[in-house]
Amino acid sequence: MAETITHSYLENTGRYKGIMAWLTTTDHKRIGLMYMYAMMVFFIVGALLGELMRLELFRPGQQFMNAQTYNGIFTIHGIIMIFTVVIPGLAAVFGNFAMPMQIGAHDVAFPRLNLFSWYLFILGAAIALSSQFMGNGPPDTGWTFYAPYSTQTHTNVVAAVFGAFILGFSSILTGLNFIVTIHRLRAPGMTFFRMPLFPWSLYATAWIQVLATPIVGITLLMVIAERWLRIGFFDPSLGGDPILYQHLFWIYSHPAVYIMILPAMGVITEIIPTFAQRRVFGYKAIALSSIAIALVGYFVWAHHMYTSGMSMTARWVFSLLTFLVAVPSAIKVFNWITTMYKGSISVKPPFLYALGFIFLFMIGGLTGLSLGSLATDVHVHDTAYVVAHFHYIIFGGVGFAFFAALHYWYPKMYGRMYNFKRANIAFGFLFVGFNLLYFPQFVLGIMGMPRRYFDYLPQFTLGHQISAVGGLILLIGIIIMIANLFSKKGAKAPDNPWGGSTLEWTISSPPSQENFDELPVVTGEPYDYK
Amino acid sequence: MEIHRDDIGARLGMWLFIFTEILLFGGLFLVYAVMRHRYSVEFHQAAHQLNAFIGTVNTVVLLLSSATVAMSITAVQRGEKRKGVLLLFITLLCAGVFLFNKYLEWGHKISIGLYPGSDMMIGLKHGYILFFSLYFFMTGLHMLHLVVGSIILTIVMLKIQTGSINPGKYTLLENGGLYWHLVDLIWIFLFPLLYLIT
Repeated sequence: MAETITHSYLENTGRYKGIMAWLTTTDHKRIGLMYMYAMMVFFIVGALLGELMRLELFRPGQQFMNAQTYNGIFTIHGIIMIFTVVIPGLAAVFGNFAMPMQIGAHDVAFPRLNLFSWYLFILGAAIALSSQFMGNGPPDTGWTFYAPYSTQTHTNVVAAVFGAFILGFSSILTGLNFIVTIHRLRAPGMTFFRMPLFPWSLYATAWIQVLATPIVGITLLMVIAERWLRIGFFDPSLGGDPILYQHLFWIYSHPAVYIMILPAMGVITEIIPTFAQRRVFGYKAIALSSIAIALVGYFVWAHHMYTSGMSMTARWVFSLLTFLVAVPSAIKVFNWITTMYKGSISVKPPFLYALGFIFLFMIGGLTGLSLGSLATDVHVHDTAYVVAHFHYIIFGGVGFAFFAALHYWYPKMYGRMYNFKRANIAFGFLFVGFNLLYFPQFVLGIMGMPRRYFDYLPQFTLGHQISAVGGLILLIGIIIMIANLFSKKGAKAPDNPWGGSTLEWTISSPPSQENFDELPVVTGEPYDYK
Repeated sequence: MEIHRDDIGARLGMWLFIFTEILLFGGLFLVYAVMRHRYSVEFHQAAHQLNAFIGTVNTVVLLLSSATVAMSITAVQRGEKRKGVLLLFITLLCAGVFLFNKYLEWGHKISIGLYPGSDMMIGLKHGYILFFSLYFFMTGLHMLHLVVGSIILTIVMLKIQTGSINPGKYTLLENGGLYWHLVDLIWIFLFPLLYLIT
């Protein structure tokens, strides 16, 4: 074979130039970046909408938007953040970018399907967002589309629901692609238990994507049929049952939380050993706890419904299972901490963000237990307490893990470094802003502030004001972080800037189009540091 | 560099996709189970309104079509191209018969005003409404799958004709066949649940 020159994946060598070369690419790294750019736009829009709500709640009574607009904004905030940002989230961006390199593959198993998933993602997002501008006004159901309201409101629910359906389809195909990739394309010698832990977490995630998403797909179709054809499944006046909707919805949407958080845990599991330069503690426990979370996470959905009307037996069973699912999550936290013990830790930005993740995730996880127990849940159900818990897990957990992953793989993505000092400053803003924004909502919730309310009693004012200020600080942090990463080119990055031991650090930064000129042969376990 | 080809991987992907389809219908089966439990008497009575004869004919037609797909795979493996195409054509013909029967069935119900959202339907007892809603929703979604399956098999048939599916490379045919069996399988569950339990 003739000597070939290898090109970085960022160079265009194909038929097309410029943007077309990206839109027709089947390279997993480029597709990962395309997901990231789209998600960043969605994320910023969602974050601004969130802060608008906080500003509206700055004082009791109406400030600058009416109650209907407020309902529309919390709905679209939820739809954007859940369906277009955190559900595809780390799996679509970093799963695509890093996983094939980590298992020593040239690409995913079905590269064209991968690109198709991205187009479905964009199409679904576009349809969901079109609900804001077409029909009888923005949907006002909340992102959960609870029946019977969602089947009766005059707002444009169908577009939002159909968008979510398409996004679910995209998620299924990504999951399918990853399962086949991990089964079929691991490098020679890489057994399952020699695989890095991020692919492990993606593997568990992918199974949830494949097995849970269809349920919400059919449920959303039923909502559309309910609105268009009056099939009556969820309409009590035709003999249907609204609680049935809640069950069907949460059968997917609770496992969806694990679709979001498992890849986040996987990323943290990559970062901690790298920056502690110490072999990960309890490799098998971490790997299998991902599977355990995926498995048990299937059977906890009704803990969203303690007050909806279920038998006592059903409630205590779901409560028990909810406590069980906390065990594998806690195993991971203990293993991360133990990995750091006696390690030679260097606190670089990815590690800092990972620490932020652990701290915030612990608060989110522990408050989740108080929500999982029956008595306390009845007290704080549908209050700001739930909002706080949820954001600690999803933003404090998934969001911070996303930032950690971004700072971790950025040198590999672009072949450039970034300014550490500014990254640390951004982290400071994000961390302080985050806690100011969400912690008061725990207190407000216990005091009795309901979630999704446009107005409130005067005694809740202080909490809301701290929250609003926290939100602004958080936004500043986001701006600093993005500006630091994307405003100007940093110094050239070495192939392995952090001393990582997984396969993606053995190849050039940025990687070549084929990742590996010759497939690596794996002879030992990952995380083997000198 | 060589083109990467992984037949086992492609089949694994197809099986996963079939799982997702089964779960998609699983949601509907769940609704069926709940509603049947709640309105068992009315479900029994409503099921009498369905034409079990047409249902049986369609079941036989679909089973036959599944058999011809399986036979066409064997034919292509043996290199008998014309036979493979012919067998797939019979499959598509069966799909046409199935759709025609469905047209008769649905057409009759719609002509007497029995369809979701009609005034007549809204006036019925709750159990009847839900039974017929489930009937239209489930068989409608199934029909959609049948149409998609037919399109896939048409493409496959043309590819056998042009030779791009051949004894050395027939994964697409196998996967198309798998999908067709799925369509068949779902019907095998729909048929007794809707037509036979009376």
